[in-house]
Amino acid sequence: MVNTTQPTADLSPAPTVKKIQDERLREVSFVTKIMRRPELGALAGLILVAIFFASTADPSMFTLAGIMNILSPAAQLGILAIAAALLMIGGEFDLSIGSMVAFTGLIFGAFITLSGWALLPAIAATLVIAAVLGGLNGQLVIRTRLPSFIVTLAFLFILRGLSLVGLKWATGGSTQMRGIGDQAGEGLIRELFSGNALEGAFAWLAANDLIGKFPNGTPTVTGVPVSIVWFAGFALLATWILLRTRAGNWIFAAGGDPNAARNSGVPVDRVKTALFMLTAAAAAVVAILTVLDAGSTDARRGFQKEFEAIIAAVIGGCLLTGGYGSAIGAFFGAIIFGMVSIGLTYTRFDSDWFQVFLGAMLLLAVLFNNFIRRKVTGER
Amino acid sequence: MDQDVPLIEIRNLVKHFGSVIALSGVSLNVNRGEVMCLLGDNGAGKSTLIKTLAGVHKPTSGDFLVEGKPVSFASPRDALDAGIATVYQDLAMIPLMSVTRNFFMGREPVKGIWPFRRVDFDYCDEVTREEMHRIGIDVRDPHQAVGTLSGGERQCVAIARAVYFGAKVLILDEPTSALGVAQTSMVLKYIHQVRQKGLGVIFITHNVRHAYAVGDRFTVLNRGKTLGTYAKSEIQIDELQNLMAGGKELQAVSAELGGMV
Repeated sequence: MVNTTQPTADLSPAPTVKKIQDERLREVSFVTKIMRRPELGALAGLILVAIFFASTADPSMFTLAGIMNILSPAAQLGILAIAAALLMIGGEFDLSIGSMVAFTGLIFGAFITLSGWALLPAIAATLVIAAVLGGLNGQLVIRTRLPSFIVTLAFLFILRGLSLVGLKWATGGSTQMRGIGDQAGEGLIRELFSGNALEGAFAWLAANDLIGKFPNGTPTVTGVPVSIVWFAGFALLATWILLRTRAGNWIFAAGGDPNAARNSGVPVDRVKTALFMLTAAAAAVVAILTVLDAGSTDARRGFQKEFEAIIAAVIGGCLLTGGYGSAIGAFFGAIIFGMVSIGLTYTRFDSDWFQVFLGAMLLLAVLFNNFIRRKVTGER
Repeated sequence: MDQDVPLIEIRNLVKHFGSVIALSGVSLNVNRGEVMCLLGDNGAGKSTLIKTLAGVHKPTSGDFLVEGKPVSFASPRDALDAGIATVYQDLAMIPLMSVTRNFFMGREPVKGIWPFRRVDFDYCDEVTREEMHRIGIDVRDPHQAVGTLSGGERQCVAIARAVYFGAKVLILDEPTSALGVAQTSMVLKYIHQVRQKGLGVIFITHNVRHAYAVGDRFTVLNRGKTLGTYAKSEIQIDELQNLMAGGKELQAVSAELGGMV
């Protein structure tokens, strides 16, 4: 693999020089190291938002039940945002993910109700179809060299339209498809995609008076919604891939400078196609989670989620130009989203302030990211 | 391997792009431990020639031998595998990525078994720090972004990377053209070091002074043809300059400007 027996240059370092360098190495301060992390802004933002609500909102917001309320919408958005972040680091956008949620929700619902498939093959087929559509997006972007913004904007409308037409066709005129939850049946696969996780642990905690419970002994919060588990798991996995694996290095390289990456032997086109497929599959996972949770699907599923996902990714430290960002940042970005959208209902403020807040947050994040990037790279 | 066989030898290389004749019979060779300077003005065919050597283009006709054996590259990867590494002027490094990540980009050493296979970043950091130290760049922290390095340092890192990964021939595409004086001398010094290791270097430039400072032999390219190859002892810097510019006109301008062109 790596040739370690290269002939060495004749300018071998004197030992004293090495010592000095080691001392300077330790001097790279903690602050510099922190500043270099792209998710710093999102973490700081999350703390600020939490402080804001801690001082203005009803205290019930920060009980266990309140936190689950915040994390549920954050989780659905977060799964999209993390995928969008990876794609953005890889230098591309996908504006079709919101429509993809609606479309894959329809496909999944049709497999269950119209075809009468079991849950497992329906989920597998939905994911495969999503990945193929994502791959199509990717190939179009790569082969035409058009900006992904335009190509996926087209798919935003195509998939949304197909969802509407398909729903009406499948249901005989309605834009909502019901009865998916009943048809899907119970079982282990169902448990993975709907309901709560860790119910045993929560019951035990309640029994030992560690969390709140009703007079009859059942805990007030019966478990963690599975979407939150998916969200956290995906955030950890994506962060690991990005920071520790070859694929991660290739994602940064493909977004940072595709030509330089190609010259160094990085399979840029394959990386980008895989990222488009991943983003679409993430949308399908969100669709499956929400459809099984609600038991139905409709044409407005995932409406404007593409923008929210991109905003969460940008708040999480992703540069719009690619090559820089983090998955865990998008995780924090999505939680900020959930906290603000749900948190406002705990305050005396009109909850329509949400959009104002959102825009302001985005602007701040972009300004901050720009500043940080200049600091990090010494860019002039 | 026979030491007398040139690392790269091309004879009568021709490259057409449709009706455009980019190269019309170029011949040159590069030996071990030698810096071959490829000089030519804009449009002389330098870029096409490099890209052909680097596996980006396929020659229309002509012979291309690496260590005596005829080759035909389908992609830049093939050229890399044959030991021909190309360092492009500004397409070598990704400023937002760390020095380590750049150094090992596309050739990351991994450890562990799938699906837990990961890049061995401890090893990467160690190698990067060592290699940077060897070429005299003071990288305090290999995690710092390449954007924080100067242009000269970036070129040196790119060259060091190629050398580390076992290049036999380095093609340097105008490595000094965007650099200041101090940084240029840093890169030139490093090219000299690379030569002493026994690598062959093709140094592309249109700056005759930079070429003359490190070159052993000079090949001048004009309008897709080689005008000739000269050893350093055979040619003076002024002659080289005139040859490259295609002659008379420049002399007149030079005289007008006091001989400083």
